[in-house]
Amino acid sequence: MRNFLFELKEGLFISFRAIGANKGRSVLTTLGIVIGVWAVVTMSTAIKGIDNAFKTGVASLGSDNIFIDKWAWFNHDTPWWELRNRRDLTMEDYEKYRSLAKLPIAIAPSNWTRKLVKHGDNIIESVFLTATTSEYLNTTNLTFSEGRFFNELESNGGRGVAVLGSAIAEKLFPNGGAVGNIIDVSGKKMRVVGILEEQGSWVMGDFNPDNQIYFPLEFTFKNFIHRRESITINVRAANPQSVAEVEEEAIGIMRRVRSLKYNEDNDFSINQQSGLLGEIDKTVGVIQIAGYFITGLSLFVGAIGIMNIMFVSVKERTKEIGIRKAIGAKRRTILGQFIAEASIICLIGGFIGLIFAVITGFVINQWLPTVVQFDAVILAVGISLITGIFSGFAPAYTAAKLDPVDALRYE
Amino acid sequence: MNIINIEHIAKIYEVGSEIVKALADVSLRIDKNEYVAIMGPSGSGKSTLMNILGCLDTPSRGIYNFEGFNVSEMDDNQLASIRNKKIGFVFQIFNLLPRSTALHNVELPLVYAGIGKVERLERASKALESVGLSDRVEHKPNELSGGQRQRVAVARALVTNPSIILADEPTGNLDSKTGNDIMKLFQDLHDKGNTIIIVTHEEEVARHANRIIRIRDGFVERDEIVRERTFLSGN
Repeated sequence: MRNFLFELKEGLFISFRAIGANKGRSVLTTLGIVIGVWAVVTMSTAIKGIDNAFKTGVASLGSDNIFIDKWAWFNHDTPWWELRNRRDLTMEDYEKYRSLAKLPIAIAPSNWTRKLVKHGDNIIESVFLTATTSEYLNTTNLTFSEGRFFNELESNGGRGVAVLGSAIAEKLFPNGGAVGNIIDVSGKKMRVVGILEEQGSWVMGDFNPDNQIYFPLEFTFKNFIHRRESITINVRAANPQSVAEVEEEAIGIMRRVRSLKYNEDNDFSINQQSGLLGEIDKTVGVIQIAGYFITGLSLFVGAIGIMNIMFVSVKERTKEIGIRKAIGAKRRTILGQFIAEASIICLIGGFIGLIFAVITGFVINQWLPTVVQFDAVILAVGISLITGIFSGFAPAYTAAKLDPVDALRYE
Repeated sequence: MNIINIEHIAKIYEVGSEIVKALADVSLRIDKNEYVAIMGPSGSGKSTLMNILGCLDTPSRGIYNFEGFNVSEMDDNQLASIRNKKIGFVFQIFNLLPRSTALHNVELPLVYAGIGKVERLERASKALESVGLSDRVEHKPNELSGGQRQRVAVARALVTNPSIILADEPTGNLDSKTGNDIMKLFQDLHDKGNTIIIVTHEEEVARHANRIIRIRDGFVERDEIVRERTFLSGN
């Protein structure tokens, strides 16, 4: 063991000398690993970022919520035409559910439409609007940068009041001063009463609060749609543990409300954020596999580059190997020396790649909430070391096997 | 006491379908503190003999006994160990590591012998001092003259206190003045009790030894004591 450590130490010294003696070539060789490790670490950082973005994005939806709807949002088992043929979920159903449900801490009906929205010369086409009641706020985690949500009075009276998502406010009122101003929604006037803080839930697309406008449901019944159109019921449980009970209760009540017989299937769906998370995990998983495959490939190419250069190096230093063998270097000494050399080159490359990846991580952080993780550092070092040993082995073995007489004679 | 005892060794190479007998049948004994020159024209088999004597190669047939060890049956690693501890090589073209300093070149055999850094540096410095190069330890081979390089090589050969010093045409790449300096170095080493084997094709060089073994066509042609040895006087 002591002997092994001694040889390892001396092998490393010899390798450092050899790398120092061939600086130019070592730098070029390292480049492949720098790029490879940079790609892998950046990839893992970006994926982590996407994952974080999805999770925080979905969080504004509320993790304790269920959504009772005619449609199943994430379930692809029920054919779409069966969903379409279900009876609409109406305000009547909502009222009955509301009077019977005991467990939820907040319940709000909602309906979504797309409308053209104007303020002066600023026009946004096809804005996603959520029509709901004042209680909606209690079913979400929304926060305000200015103003407030519409109150019960405004809600019940179906007043023309609106709460703007941060991005919408930015577009309609580039110079600020939105609260108190009047906006035009498809020809109807609404007064802005509040602006939301940026929620950063871009992964939710249309449902990102940043790109939405909230206004009273009664207003939409008066101006845009018929009272009997289908709505979604947002239900919030007291805590994550009680979500399942709330769901059980909701199924029971809704079956009663819809007068379903014991042998009939539910003609409504209970949707949950976890369904969305499942979808997201699938998407991120695909990105992950594709990403690691591609970056892994670049690392593999880097490794082949190192192997190639190590082979050249062995050929070039045949005489040196001959000399070393003549004065007593054993096979394993030579083997160790060349593997150590390849590993050191890879480790240096990996370290440089890591530095670049950390810098890139800060750049990515502008868009995705992420920094280089500690496990990514371990990953980088591990990968570099394995690459070094892997790409160094074959050339080192060739060197170790050289016949000293032939090697000394080599010019 | 004899260090080298060779009995009926042969070395046969197969080059394609042709069989080449580099050494046909050679028997030799070399005693401690002998100064032997091995001579022969090119193709005589003297290089092959030298490789076998230096444990760089093993014979195809016959027995090679080195200080009681049967070298002819050793594997690569055991041979490496014998070369490291028992044999000091001096080559015609010096064979120093070009990018390492004189000190590191001399230190290297001790690295392979598993000797710690402090002792290594001390012994390497002492070896360089004994060949008169204590002021050149940090120079790289390309910063040294031919004669100085060969002195570094001799220091490297000496540093492990080997049983024999094996020199292959040690003056072949030097002018006659520096060549003589090197031969004087060998003469001094011999006087101090070292066993020296020089392989050469120059009669003049060979006459420094006290015994000349002439090889021709893979056989020992003649093995004689030198009656009129060339002695170099010190300066």
